[in-house]
Amino acid sequence: MRFFSDVRLTYARAFRAVLREPSWIIIGLGQPLFYLYLFGPLLDKTGSTRGWPAGTSSWDVFVPGLLVQLVIFNCAFNGFALLSEMRQGVLERLSVTPISRMALLLGRAGRDATLVVVQGAILVGLAVPLGLHLHPGMVVAALILLALGIGLSCLGYGLALLLRSEDALAPVIQGVSLPVLLLSGVFLPLTLAPGWLDDTAEANPLRHTVDAVRALMLGDGRAWLGIVVTLALSLALVVFGTRRFNNTEDLRIN
Amino acid sequence: MISTHALRREFRRSKRAEPVVAVDGIDLTVDAGEVFGLLGPNGAGKSTTMRMLTTLLPPTSGTALVAGHDVARERSAVRRRIGFVAQGGGTDAAETARSELVMQGRVFGMSRADALARANQLLDRFSLTDAADRRLGTWSGGMRRRLDIAIGLVNSPELLLLDEPTTGLDPASRAEVWAEIRAVRDAGTTILLTTHYLEEADELCDRVAIVHKGKVARTGSPDDLKSQVAGDSIVVTLPAGAPETVAPTVREQPWCRGADEVDDRTLRVYVDDGSRAVTDLLRLLDGLSTPVVTLTLTRPSLDDVFLTATGHPLAVAGV
Repeated sequence: MRFFSDVRLTYARAFRAVLREPSWIIIGLGQPLFYLYLFGPLLDKTGSTRGWPAGTSSWDVFVPGLLVQLVIFNCAFNGFALLSEMRQGVLERLSVTPISRMALLLGRAGRDATLVVVQGAILVGLAVPLGLHLHPGMVVAALILLALGIGLSCLGYGLALLLRSEDALAPVIQGVSLPVLLLSGVFLPLTLAPGWLDDTAEANPLRHTVDAVRALMLGDGRAWLGIVVTLALSLALVVFGTRRFNNTEDLRIN
Repeated sequence: MISTHALRREFRRSKRAEPVVAVDGIDLTVDAGEVFGLLGPNGAGKSTTMRMLTTLLPPTSGTALVAGHDVARERSAVRRRIGFVAQGGGTDAAETARSELVMQGRVFGMSRADALARANQLLDRFSLTDAADRRLGTWSGGMRRRLDIAIGLVNSPELLLLDEPTTGLDPASRAEVWAEIRAVRDAGTTILLTTHYLEEADELCDRVAIVHKGKVARTGSPDDLKSQVAGDSIVVTLPAGAPETVAPTVREQPWCRGADEVDDRTLRVYVDDGSRAVTDLLRLLDGLSTPVVTLTLTRPSLDDVFLTATGHPLAVAGV
């Protein structure tokens, strides 16, 4: 079908940009790696407590959260790359051709999500020697993170189209991502939280994503709610990004 | 190729703000095979008009048919038939010319092989083959502009739209771009361009629409427009004092529309058709035993046309 070949085309173009600068894969991993090595060891005593199955290490609880953090930082912040394409007129040029704007969006978002899964695999590989246990549920977790990556990329691109400047985009994404991150139990499971905090976090869809990824990687606990919530969220964000793109009249920034 | 009726576009800063009218009821007809220019200062509404014709911007009201299809209702049919070269170009500095051309072919549905063949053909035609695999960031402005035009031609469009094609180029690159535009026209593609350069409209365009404050003030070929404004003028230098003596006789001639004594040696004579009146004037002065030292025939410029049509010279009208 034409739509899928258009997505593939955009995906391939976006991927070529990464292959030209492969160091970005490592740069994007920087922050989670700091957390892994400089913060993770502080949690050493938490693994065996609070009702996780016997033999669970703190890393089994911590790494899934880091993976979600990785997705948030690397996908939602990709709007900046779109602003550069708008400034160069690339987006406008491609928008005067028969290719659909949704395909232009999804190809890029798919590239971002693929990268983040690759980065996640590297992160997991580095965490194994520290004490992370591997579980086959990880494969499903990777698919959830892929879906989340596509959704958050579309959010980043949609916000970039809306705000049209780095100066406006940075504080908005920073300002939203930090509370969302903290309210999703990325660093410590929210089961440790006092009741009011736990209740507030219930309203945060990413909290359920983190719970599901954690459950899948532990091979224990309920994952379906998080899977459903993540897929619904990602779908909504794809719709948001596509609508923003379709409704943006000026795709060039001077 | 293009036909618009009462095309109008307003912009609002916010929902409550008063709309600003960028294009205020434009009627245009562009025939197949011609180079048509929208001439006007910055902010006249040229680019907004062009963006509506490319389907990038929906009109507030009015209609526009481009290559036989409505720009509001049949956007993808229009997009398949046109090429658009934006003012700032549209290529990624990190990509190469070949990959950008191939990408353009692919988004128009060509197979990889066809897209590559078309890319190589255009690189060759625009003499860009040597630089084809170098990052575009290392290219000169003139080369990139030629590539932008090549990209606009990938789908062999019926109509090529060029927004300010030579703005920001040095004179040599401008001449090159002009030559390319003529070659595109000679190959049978209709061209619509916007410009705020008079020489560009004069040199390149078969017909010109003078756009001012969102409206078309005049349309016609550069020559027709100029002859509508006023006739030609002949400036002659004569011996000191002679202009004053001969002026009354010159003014009586049927071919003369007026004569100004510029100074005590220079006489400016206004006529309808300069090339014919030159002989008449020389014969008359000869009969009056007045030797002619120098003679210059000047035709009105598009600047005069612009001034008459809008009440402002082009150079300051946008300010």
